[in-house]
Amino acid sequence: MSNPDPRDELVTHLPALRAFALSLTRNRAAADDMMQDTVLKAWSNMDKFEVGTNMRAWLFTILRNNFYTSRRKLNREVADVDNVFSNSLSVKPDHDGRLQMTDFKSALNHLQDEQREALILVGASGFSYEEAAEMCGVATGTIKSRVNRARARLSELLHLDDDDALELTDTATLAVVGTSGPRS
Amino acid sequence: MASRDDPRKAQRDRLIDDSLKQVFSELEADKMPDEIIDLLSVLKAQDKELKDRK
Repeated sequence: MSNPDPRDELVTHLPALRAFALSLTRNRAAADDMMQDTVLKAWSNMDKFEVGTNMRAWLFTILRNNFYTSRRKLNREVADVDNVFSNSLSVKPDHDGRLQMTDFKSALNHLQDEQREALILVGASGFSYEEAAEMCGVATGTIKSRVNRARARLSELLHLDDDDALELTDTATLAVVGTSGPRS
Repeated sequence: MASRDDPRKAQRDRLIDDSLKQVFSELEADKMPDEIIDLLSVLKAQDKELKDRK
C-alpha cells in the first residue's frame, strides 16, 4: 500500500497560502513572488516535511519566513501597498449592522505587520494560539498579546468602542454568532 | 467581579473575526495566478522525468 504523495496535499493549500501572502504583503505582485518562492522551497524540501503534521502550518511558516527575510533586506516596512484588501471587495458596504467591509479592510491595512499576521492566523485561518506561536517563533503569550492589540486597534479605528456602535449591530451580530435564538 | 465591558468586548471580537473570515475567504477565492499554475506543471513534469529515469 503506497502512502499519498504530500505534494498532492500541497496543492490543496495554495488558495489559503495565497490569501495569507496577500494579507501579509498587501501587494499582488509581491504576494505572487513570495508564493513562487514558497512553492519552490516546499516542493524541493518535501522530504523534510513530517507526514501527519500540519502541512498548512508548515507552508505558512515558510512563506512568513520569506516575507520577514525580504523585509529585513529592504530594511523597511513594505510600502508598495496596492490596497489589495480594498481591491478585492466585491460587496457594497451595507447598513444592516454588519461592519462596512471597505472600512474594515482599510483598518486592516493600518495594523502593524506582526499584529495583522497574528490576527489572520488566529481569527481567520483557524490556527490555535499555540500553533500560531510556533509558526511565528514566539511565545504563546506574545501571539495572544498581538491578537488583543490588533483587535483593540481595529476597534479604535472603526469606533467600535463608542457607546452606540455595537448597539446598532446587535441584531445582525447575534444572528451571525448564534448567541440568540431566532425571532419570529 | 466581572467587568460590564466583557460582553461588549466578546461581541466586538466576534464581529471582527467574522469580518476577518469574510476578507480571508474573498482573498482565497482570488484567481490563482498563471505563474503559480505553470510552476506547478514544471515541477510535476520534472518529478515525473526523474521517476521515469529511475
